[in-house]
This record gives sequence, structure tokens and C-alpha cells, in this order.
Amino acid sequence: MSAIPQTITQKILAARAGRSEVSPGEVVVCRVDLAMANDVTAPAAVSAFRKMGAARVWDRERVALVASHFVPAKDIASASLMSTMRAFALEQDIAHFFDVGRGGIEHILLPEEALVLPGDVVIGADSHSCTYGALGCFSTGVGSTDLAAVLATGEIWLRVPETMKIVYRGAPGRWVMGKDLILAVIATIGDDGAAYMAMEHTGDTLAHLSMDSRLTLTNMAIEAGAKSGIIAPDGVTLAYVDARRRATGRAREPVVLRSDEGAAYARTVEVDASALEPMVARPSLPSRSVPVSEVEPVRVDQVFIGSCTNARIEDLRVAAEVLGEERIAPEVRAMVIPATARVWRQANEEGLLERFADAGASVSTPTCGACLGAHMGVLGPDEVCVSTSNRNYVGRMGDPSARVYLANPAVAMAAAVAGEIVHPSDVRAKEAVGARG
Amino acid sequence: MGRAWVYGDNVDTDVIIPARHLTTFDVDVLAAHALEDLDPGFAAAVRPGDVVVAGSNFGCGSSREHAALALAGAGVAAVVAASFARIFFRNAINVGLAVLECPEAARGTSTGDEVEVDLDAGTVRNLSRGATWSTEPLPAIAQEIARAGGLVPWVRARLAAGP
Repeated sequence: MSAIPQTITQKILAARAGRSEVSPGEVVVCRVDLAMANDVTAPAAVSAFRKMGAARVWDRERVALVASHFVPAKDIASASLMSTMRAFALEQDIAHFFDVGRGGIEHILLPEEALVLPGDVVIGADSHSCTYGALGCFSTGVGSTDLAAVLATGEIWLRVPETMKIVYRGAPGRWVMGKDLILAVIATIGDDGAAYMAMEHTGDTLAHLSMDSRLTLTNMAIEAGAKSGIIAPDGVTLAYVDARRRATGRAREPVVLRSDEGAAYARTVEVDASALEPMVARPSLPSRSVPVSEVEPVRVDQVFIGSCTNARIEDLRVAAEVLGEERIAPEVRAMVIPATARVWRQANEEGLLERFADAGASVSTPTCGACLGAHMGVLGPDEVCVSTSNRNYVGRMGDPSARVYLANPAVAMAAAVAGEIVHPSDVRAKEAVGARG
Repeated sequence: MGRAWVYGDNVDTDVIIPARHLTTFDVDVLAAHALEDLDPGFAAAVRPGDVVVAGSNFGCGSSREHAALALAGAGVAAVVAASFARIFFRNAINVGLAVLECPEAARGTSTGDEVEVDLDAGTVRNLSRGATWSTEPLPAIAQEIARAGGLVPWVRARLAAGP
């Protein structure tokens, strides 16, 4: 028993540092449960790994390498990056290597694969590695050299973060999802409002949120500058984890921890989820989020429904629900990119992909591509995009003059149908007017 | 000593090195595109020893180490910012790019000022304005890594020493 009440983040880091308790601000060395890199970050990590004089990764069962960013290879250079990662995976007999067609976007893939579990310390060479915290683990993003050090030693130094507690109250309204909750928080605290902190999401609203929506909440911790995002495991978490462990046959046990009564928080932020509208982040910062009804009229060139933020099955179902029997507006190109092979197959079985295609949307194979302006949906000069991804920075999705509005999949699909940013309910309203007229 | 290049808040890693250049981690290629989407003239005009000075949350966004590599490769001696995003901060130390947190220096410096940084002493001197500022010291382990020349030599020495 700890003498001083601890947050869930302190408890996880203490356990992996071999300590009974740790305090915010101190530096600890933690054992890592899973290390992850992708096709952009792994090749540089492999190079650093070799320069460190390392011969073998510390534990082949605890490394995941995922082809996600420039896949399927967009050019010869990106094919070469993939070859480097593939060769390293073979050489080191990496247990969890996901090539094109068998994986997808890592942050949706690893929870599906039961490779990240409650109680873990997860280190990923991708900034959105904070996503896994929705399962009740500590998870953070690092660069390639930090990841190389983990591959070589199985350990990482971490400054124990202070925790910001976010308390959500009430049931979210129609078309309000995890995306809207986190955009509302970022609008309140700012783009570095949680800098260096753990964001712990709590409150009765969580009972209304699926695992998919929760993963969106923790996914965007980095857009508030946070080190990690976390949600203490509950029945929803454990049902998900058990189902995924059974489906994949992975037997590693979850460790369920919770924050103590009286644990110290650097700041507490309260959000009335029942009063929220769907949110839209105006260009070019996530903190410029406002309720959809307050967004100025803007014509839309492209709609992107995808990315590690919103390309899970719930996201595609919501998009299909908004779409109904409508068609994509003629002046809009809409792209739907399911996050993983599993999400793709499930959406296919449910008839969602066919519905999107019938409506005039492009449906593609899993890739991060468009989110970072890498390929498969790069924006040209002055174009406007509504995207379900996580960053609307200058040049993020293509030309620096392009403008990106971030939104949930309901708002994104509404924009695809209407040709402008509208409330998802207004798509149906127009339809009703049309039927009457 | 070098010239200051001053920028605002939230300089993200996408503008430091856009994703279209991430198909390589060759430092010279990255350096040629450093800060391309924020200041297209920077890469051609920057000289070795120059210092990037910025507001809060410098290096936010993507974990791409290519951002720190691009600035280091362009000859940037140090980045002085009111505050840093944490992944960029770690990456910079790991690849041997000096980073100093100093809101006063960020406020008190203009583009073109002659600036000198001393990482060991933790000071930023603005020779054009006759001002010297102290910066927040790095955590001990980060100082150790910086003194070793980055994380690669630091880990190499530990692996060579054995368990």
C-alpha cells in the first residue's frame, strides 16, 4: 500500500520502475511492455539501433512494426523505407510485424490485436501512441532514437507527469462523439494546455462511450501537448480486452489499476457533455474548435473520413447513418479509409463500403496517407477539406494554403453530402424538406 | 555566435519538415527543406551557428525526429523557445541539437539579432541588445545524454560497459 495517494499513471510507472510509489517531476527508468514503430520511424530507429552497437532486440515478443504511413508504397523511396523495416523484422524475428494487407493504422491495430493491455507501459515511435491509454495503460510517443534505445535495452527514462483530470458529466446528445469531447477540452485548455501532463478522462459520461469513442479521446492528448491520455479500466474496457484476447488467442493478462481517492491533480477541467454540439476545429490549430453551428459558411472540396482518430467501425457506421440514401455532393470528393484490415472487412460485411461507393465516395485500403499529406488525398492550393483526423496545421494535408477543418465522422459526412459544413441533423432536415417539396 | 531567426507560437513539426520529405532520413536532404512551409527562405539563407528563437509549444505535433535533424543539419546551433513540445525536446537532445527554454529570451529577441547560447552555463546572450538570460536547467539524465553527444553514444557506452 502506498502512503501517498497515487494516480493511475503514477501506479503504472511505479510498477514498471520497480518502486512502491513515484512522484510527479521525478525521473524514473521503466521497463517497457510493448515498443512500436512504423514505416516512417522504424528505418531511422534501425539505423540508430545499429550505431548503438546493439545486436538483438531485447524481446522479440514485445516489438510491433507496422506498415501504415506511406503504404501501399507511394514511390520508390517509401518502398525502400518499407524494405528496411521488413528486413529488420525478418532479421530480428520480430513477433508482431504487420505488412500491407494484414494490419493498418497502428493505433487502431494494436488494441484490436490485444498487444496493448491495461497496466502496460507502451512506447511508440509515433506521436499518437497516446491513443492506447484508453485501455488503462501508460502510453506515449517518442522519436526514432528513443525507440532504438528501447529496442536495445527494453527500458526508457521518463519524467513522471503531473495529471490533469477531465471530468465529463451527462449523456452526449445526438451526433456527439468522443471527438467532440476532446475538441471541446482542447478549445478550453489550448494546444499546450496539458503540456508534459497525463490527461486522465473521468466522469459519468464515459459510461455512454464505446471503446471506439474512448480511443478518440486519448488519441488527441498530444494535440493538447500531453505526454499521455488515460482512462481507468471499467466494464466496457474489460469486455473489449477480453473479446480481443479471445479472438487473437493472446494470453497476456491485463493489470487493472485506478487512481486513489485523494490523488493529487495539477488541474481539474469539467465538461458538460450533455450541452455539447458536434465541434469543428477551424484552420489551423485544433484549439480553434467551435460548435458546428458557429462555423462560418464554407464550401468544401474534399472530405476525408479516416486516420487513427476516427476510422473505427463506429465511425464508419455513424458516417453511413448520416449518409442514408443521399449522394456525395457533385463538387466534393469524399474519401473513406477504414483504419485496419479488420475494420475494412467488418464494414464490408455490414454493407457500409458499398453504400459509400454507391454514393460516390472513394473507398480505399488502410493507410495514414491523407492525414499527413503523404499520399492518397493530398490537398492542392487553397483547397478546403473537412477531415476526421487530428491536425489541421498549415501544410499538414498538402499545400500550405489549403485549409483543414477537423470534425467527427457525422459532421464530415454531412459536409460531403451538403457541400459545406452543416450540422448532421440538417442533412436529414433538407431531405425532409425535399420530400415535402 | 549567430543570427536569430524569430518565429511565433506552436511551430509544429509539419512546418519544420513537411511529410512529403519524410521518405528519407538523410540529414542533408532534410536540411534543404527545413522550415519550408513556415519560412520558405530559411533553408537557403541560414548559416552555421544561427539560432532559432520561438514562442511557446515549439515542435508540437508529429514525433518525426526528422524535424530536429533538419534544423541541426541546416547548421542551427540551438533552438531557444518560451516552451517546447515534449517529443521534439527529447528528440533534439537525442540527436545533439541544443534546446533551451527561456520565455524572456523569446520575448526579447528579434530576427537578425546576434545571439550566443551556452548550453553548459544555461545562458542566452543577445549581443545586439546587451541582454543575458538564464534558462531552465535540463533534468540530470538529459544533461548526461547531451554531454555524451546524444542518445546513440550514451546507449553505446552503456551497452559496451555490459550489464
